[in-house]
Amino acid sequence: MSELTGKELIAWRTARFFQDGNIVNLGIGMPTKCLDYLPEGVDIWIDTENGAVGLTGAPKPGEDFDPNVVDAGGRPSLLRVGSACFDSFRSFGFIRGGHVDITVLGAYEVDKDGSLANWMIPGKAAAGMGGAMDLVTGSRITIVMSTHTDKTGSPKLVEHTEYPLTGYKCVDYFISELAVIHFTEAGPVLEEISRNTTVEEVLSKTGTKLILPEKIGILEDAK
Amino acid sequence: MGVDDAVAKYCFSGMTVMLPGFVNVGVSETLIDAVLRTDITDLNVISNNTSIKGRGIGKLVHEDRIKHITCSHIGNNEETCAKVVAGEINITFVPQGSLCEKVRAGGAGIGGILTPTGVHTPMQDGKQLLEWDDEKGEYKFVKADEPQRGKRFILELPLHADVVFVHAWKADTFGNVVYRRTSRNFNEAFATAADHVIVEAEHIVEVGELDPDEIMTPGFIVDAVVQGRVLTEA
Repeated sequence: MSELTGKELIAWRTARFFQDGNIVNLGIGMPTKCLDYLPEGVDIWIDTENGAVGLTGAPKPGEDFDPNVVDAGGRPSLLRVGSACFDSFRSFGFIRGGHVDITVLGAYEVDKDGSLANWMIPGKAAAGMGGAMDLVTGSRITIVMSTHTDKTGSPKLVEHTEYPLTGYKCVDYFISELAVIHFTEAGPVLEEISRNTTVEEVLSKTGTKLILPEKIGILEDAK
Repeated sequence: MGVDDAVAKYCFSGMTVMLPGFVNVGVSETLIDAVLRTDITDLNVISNNTSIKGRGIGKLVHEDRIKHITCSHIGNNEETCAKVVAGEINITFVPQGSLCEKVRAGGAGIGGILTPTGVHTPMQDGKQLLEWDDEKGEYKFVKADEPQRGKRFILELPLHADVVFVHAWKADTFGNVVYRRTSRNFNEAFATAADHVIVEAEHIVEVGELDPDEIMTPGFIVDAVVQGRVLTEA
């Protein structure tokens, strides 16, 4: 059982989706926190869309590194034994071709069908989508890890997105500090809630209807 | 050939130039510096991003040499973002995987590619959409607002350039290239899709020193090899 809260809890729960040997692409920022909470006995391979599988993270101060190895944010990284490097078109071939098991990334909004908006806010300068559109389209499982509401308290999970989409019906799971929501053919299912909340609170902070199964799990009890 | 000679021979104002690289790695910084020593401007750049401020493609941004850029991301360079907002640089965003495939198609003589990436996003605006009809076993063109019945794809057209600056780790004097680690990124595809291919190599070796099986870009498509500086920081 996890004693964590907030973003640490979200990262911990997200990492519970990883299975031994999975190829996982973690978005820049919060998703990389998942690496701090890998389940015992689970060893994953980090995919970086700029052309490698097997990244292990930034070199420690004073540690030798090759400046030719960078992560998807352009920062120096190390490669583990057994890793492979390849060109960008093969990298995205692997991504669109379903060879990446899990993509984890953040969101501005997710709608009831699991369509994701995370690259552009109308009226604001856009940095560009980078590889996100390909990743959410091609990965076997797409997980959005996010606070349940934004800074103004508005739900991240909405009926219809206000912002332009990154991907259409592409999100499989939405994981927040309050809940795990699974997008199914029937609609979004509230599969787990945190023991620090209630179904009523989750529903009040969610901008679309959720399907309530007979048994709703406790997020902190995930194995 | 000297780096300034190569730029003088193949580059011109208004050219479409492919600048492969990912943030700061795999970018032909020596060739870009040589362009900055000339008056060449109004560049139509095809790249994945624009390095960081003060490095590589970021220097072309800083000196206002770029008219239009086709790329997937500019978030690493706040100066590019500001110039795009100010209308000083025109930008076309393309998803990173689609960018690779458009260039690969351009270099491989393919008329376009069908990708599921970007369907139902702003990336489909102004592009042709195809949907697979499983019963008939054929594609048909569809409009964006038609209800979706089968797997849908965007028809992305090929990209081609006048010149490409390729960043090699090792190259022989004939132009055979080996890339290193993630500096390989867009270089391999982009090297195939320009009228003239200039290779900037960190290390230049004699013909015969590279094993034919390790060569990632063959020398027969390369026009010039110039000495580049060795990458010491990412």
